[in-house]
Amino acid sequence: MLEDIWKVVRSRLDYDSKDEEKEKREEDSRAKIPKNLLFKCPRCGNVIFMEEFSAGLKVCPNCSYHARISCRERLDLTVDRGSFSEYDADLTTVNPLDFPGYEDKVADAQAKTGLQEAVITGECTIRTRKCVIIIMDSRFMMASMGSVVGEKITRAFEKATEKRLPVVAFTASGGARMQEGIISLMQMAKTSAAVAKHSDAGLLYITVLTDPTTGGVTASFASLGDIIIAEPKVLIGFAGRRVIEGTIRQRLPDDFQSAEFLLEHGFVDMIVSRVNMRKTISKLLKAHLPDQKLDV
Amino acid sequence: MAENTLTAWERMELIRHKGRPTVRDYIPMIFDEFYEMHGDRAFGDDAAIVGGIARVHGISVTVIGQVKGHDLEENKKTNFSCPHPEGYRKALRLAKQAEKFHRPIICFIDTPGAFCGVAAEERGQGEAIARNLYEFSRLKTPVISIVLGEGGSGGALALGVCDILAMMENAVYSVISPRGFASLLWKDASREKEAAEQMHMRAEDLLAYGVCDTIIPESAGGAHTNPQLTAGYIADFILDALKNLTQKSVANLLEARYNKFRKIGVFEESCQNAQEENALDGSLMDNVPQMEDLHQTDAFVSTEDTGLSDKVL
Repeated sequence: MLEDIWKVVRSRLDYDSKDEEKEKREEDSRAKIPKNLLFKCPRCGNVIFMEEFSAGLKVCPNCSYHARISCRERLDLTVDRGSFSEYDADLTTVNPLDFPGYEDKVADAQAKTGLQEAVITGECTIRTRKCVIIIMDSRFMMASMGSVVGEKITRAFEKATEKRLPVVAFTASGGARMQEGIISLMQMAKTSAAVAKHSDAGLLYITVLTDPTTGGVTASFASLGDIIIAEPKVLIGFAGRRVIEGTIRQRLPDDFQSAEFLLEHGFVDMIVSRVNMRKTISKLLKAHLPDQKLDV
Repeated sequence: MAENTLTAWERMELIRHKGRPTVRDYIPMIFDEFYEMHGDRAFGDDAAIVGGIARVHGISVTVIGQVKGHDLEENKKTNFSCPHPEGYRKALRLAKQAEKFHRPIICFIDTPGAFCGVAAEERGQGEAIARNLYEFSRLKTPVISIVLGEGGSGGALALGVCDILAMMENAVYSVISPRGFASLLWKDASREKEAAEQMHMRAEDLLAYGVCDTIIPESAGGAHTNPQLTAGYIADFILDALKNLTQKSVANLLEARYNKFRKIGVFEESCQNAQEENALDGSLMDNVPQMEDLHQTDAFVSTEDTGLSDKVL
């Protein structure tokens, strides 16, 4: 452990001593380094170097908390290289209730993440098995579900139903998009109805709950998978922790609303680590291939 | 019906009047017979939800409703009309029973929201609501929902996936309480009055968004001034809705129900994908851009024509 840390420190020192690159770095990186150099685990408080953390797929080596990753990172970890073709990339958000400042919030999130909205959907292969994939990105306004998120997810299920493909959904969300009011609430009904149609066609839907999956997303398509997988230690719940603590006027145990808590209470089928996720999904997809015959 | 000039916040205060009729008051006024059923067959019986079989105009229907109390004592019993997961599962059990016997379902929505607590999380509040949205979207029997007072968030929606959604003229329906909205977006819960107006939660607003299909009038000054008269308006609506829905084939009913929610959403997209959208129920369109750089707004806010609005309003 110590040796690893020293290695990282030394490589940084070496890097900085190279004169040509030093100037460049001084300009664009000095401000960034202090913020991005270390990762502090929100679950156990363990602190490690960001490089080590990234090399370990952003999993805390101490408590195995699976930290939030961007949808592009998730895509890279999950699908066969070059196999992804995106659906509905040009759907953009408007301000249906004329809520003051909503456009700016969306524009900020777009600038920060390089994404149009909080979810990407499309078709891909995972170890050669074709599926429709849905990935939410919590960096974009906490991946709250407004019209665009609801519409993209609904269309993804409809396309999967049409093309008779399984759906794999990586969920993460703070819940409904408050700025879109009742219209955002209705996205819960819309997406759930699309899941029902896909299911009635006899097709497989695998949900992977990632950090954090809460509110209206938990209370709709995220809880409706034929198979529900969760990443270790992630937060999954309906109501916010502070809301519940306010109601009962006492502090909740640390593992409340964790993946392990949900497994224990029967709401998750399995907890799978990030390093094994791609393999597990591909095997489950294979287990549901049509035309299976006894080989006797 | 005279124009209702009350603000959203004034309506919030009006529907919290302790004399406002609850589903338990309305049931004997609207239905000829009622046999209450209890329990979800898995965990327990949630008093925040009442359900059973009722008779109206010579047919059997299943009634499911969220129960407010008139005073603290009653509210303690019904948990201030905030259901636990077993309440939603009781509702679903009764809905599946109704489907089996081809009975129309009438849901009365009246809740600040699903209960937020430790037990609710342990028993899967999110899953219970999700399951109701999923199952109600494909129940092979007519479903009518009426928002009596408060329609609070997912806890209300769990009884709100239906063929026709009606709202009492002073009822509100929203994604979160005005208090929660103000505290989340402005970090200041005391701005709840302002939030109530900003949220567009009145029946007229929801009619405009295509969420609500029809508005049921209340007696002048609010339902508490004359519950019997108001119950009569609800009964008239139910009769019209039943006449309309029981004529439809199951296939048409389910298609219309799917489209009712499918349409809701406001966003922009380029024409290329708009065409794909139109082709969804036809053959698969190739992903070929045909018109470039043309944008249109897909404001899916039209109201589903149920043929009811004129009769009731």
